[in-house]
Amino acid sequence: MSSISVKNIIKSYGKKKDKVIALNDISFEVKEGEIFGIIGPDGAGKTSLFRILTTLLLADSGTAIVDGLDVIKEFEKIRKRVGYMPGRFSLYQDLTVKENLDFFATIFNTSIEENYSLIKDIYLQIEPFKDRRAGKLSGGMKQKLALSCALIHRPVVLFLDEPTTGVDAVSRKEFWEMLKGLKAQGITILVSTPYMDEAMLCDNVALLQKGKVLSINTPAGVITDFKYPLMAVKAKGMLPLLEQLKAMETVKDAYPFGEYHHVVIKNEQLVQQVRDTLSNSSLSDLQMKRVEADIEDCFIDLMKEK
Amino acid sequence: MSEQKAITTNKLTKKFGDFTAVDEISFEVNKGEIFGFLGANGAGKTTAMRMLCGLSLPTSGEATVAGLNVYKENEKIKRSIGYMSQKFSLYDDLTVKENMRFYGGIYGKSNAFIKQKTAYILDHLHLEKEANVLVKSLPLGWKQKLAFSVAVFHAPEIVFLDEPTGGVDPVTRREFWNMIYVAAAGGTTVFVTTHYMDEAEYCDRVSIMVDGRIDALDTPIRLKEKFNAASMDEVFLKLARKAARAAD
Repeated sequence: MSSISVKNIIKSYGKKKDKVIALNDISFEVKEGEIFGIIGPDGAGKTSLFRILTTLLLADSGTAIVDGLDVIKEFEKIRKRVGYMPGRFSLYQDLTVKENLDFFATIFNTSIEENYSLIKDIYLQIEPFKDRRAGKLSGGMKQKLALSCALIHRPVVLFLDEPTTGVDAVSRKEFWEMLKGLKAQGITILVSTPYMDEAMLCDNVALLQKGKVLSINTPAGVITDFKYPLMAVKAKGMLPLLEQLKAMETVKDAYPFGEYHHVVIKNEQLVQQVRDTLSNSSLSDLQMKRVEADIEDCFIDLMKEK
Repeated sequence: MSEQKAITTNKLTKKFGDFTAVDEISFEVNKGEIFGFLGANGAGKTTAMRMLCGLSLPTSGEATVAGLNVYKENEKIKRSIGYMSQKFSLYDDLTVKENMRFYGGIYGKSNAFIKQKTAYILDHLHLEKEANVLVKSLPLGWKQKLAFSVAVFHAPEIVFLDEPTGGVDPVTRREFWNMIYVAAAGGTTVFVTTHYMDEAEYCDRVSIMVDGRIDALDTPIRLKEKFNAASMDEVFLKLARKAARAAD
């Protein structure tokens, strides 16, 4: 059974002239107990989607079902069954860690003790600061408290809107470890992120750009769908190298990719030709190798094709 | 010697009460260099950057920015640098043109200079049609590129970029870095922080802060060799994992 089912959701803001379409006919299914990633940059429509699914915003058209319940007709029931961590820190800054947690437990008619097992691993890390006001916590601790509060009523589905934005690489890895732990406890997780590398940590992903779904697949499936031969190239003078690559007839696209430039070649038959052209040009310290596409390569390709 | 350097620091330190946010950092940034300033949240990057921008006085140690002393000449420093952050750079309720007029005015540039530079930027970013559009209605990617152009509007010697590409799509992120390359090639020194480790690879040299200290500083290639790592991501993880300080 699907835990979340979204069909043809459209959401726009503003009147005729200034109308902005935030979500343009979005459909996807999230299976029970999986981590489903909504991967996309700012302005893709991620937050609108989350607000619709958590019954905080009405779509213009389309249907959405969360845990078997309709987001419009059964919004009250949904609110009891889902946890939501918005992108912006929304706990009470002037309440302490413990008071915030107590508050959220109480409004859901439960207690910290009752569901402690679920949040234990996360809460233990902030417990030494339980008497500190939430507003005085560091970013990483705020994030852990917000996650604890979103979990305290033992939700069936957890919505995390950009939980790792602006967070350093180490904390991001730790956060994803926590998500794995929650998944193991049977919670379905819908998580959005602008970091393409986090897609690899999801069971399934939807790549979103300007309100449109570019692709829905497993992370491995997204990569298999990348149809072009890809090479990583570097040489002394990366800027002129990039210009040279972009100007080549055999090359579909070329862009910086970490230490190398990634070169998307039009088809398999042209790979040797690209190699020869580069070898014969006066590039010093030239290095080139075939590489597999990364999620980011796929996203760039899909973005440019649309 | 110091004329060759855009930034020099020697045992630069900032304490808040008992807490040492920046702990005796010493480094130099060459003119025209793209210098990546990395570190985990709470490592002390922002505090260090605020001192270098003349916004916060050090507790001890020395630093010069564009040849100017951070204690005595902090007002001059502000005029010699550009600054852009992900969170704030442009006024949403001013138009594209008004923002440039505003920043040009703040930096005391002449009307003729502002006019000429505005035309150049609009042309360069293909924003002629949007000149009179409110900044808030521009897509994020355009905003960030415009913000960068505004940060270097007054032709500063050094530009400080604080997480300039957060949340930006992968295509625009690369276009943004292209602008950085062009600025650096023109002699502007670029001091940049980022959480994208692939962007660390685009820097000439990278420093990594851990618990208020600079634990590593070198070219990306040498750092990877030194830490026996395949990518800058791995280098960063190896260093930042040993941090004792809680992330902020």
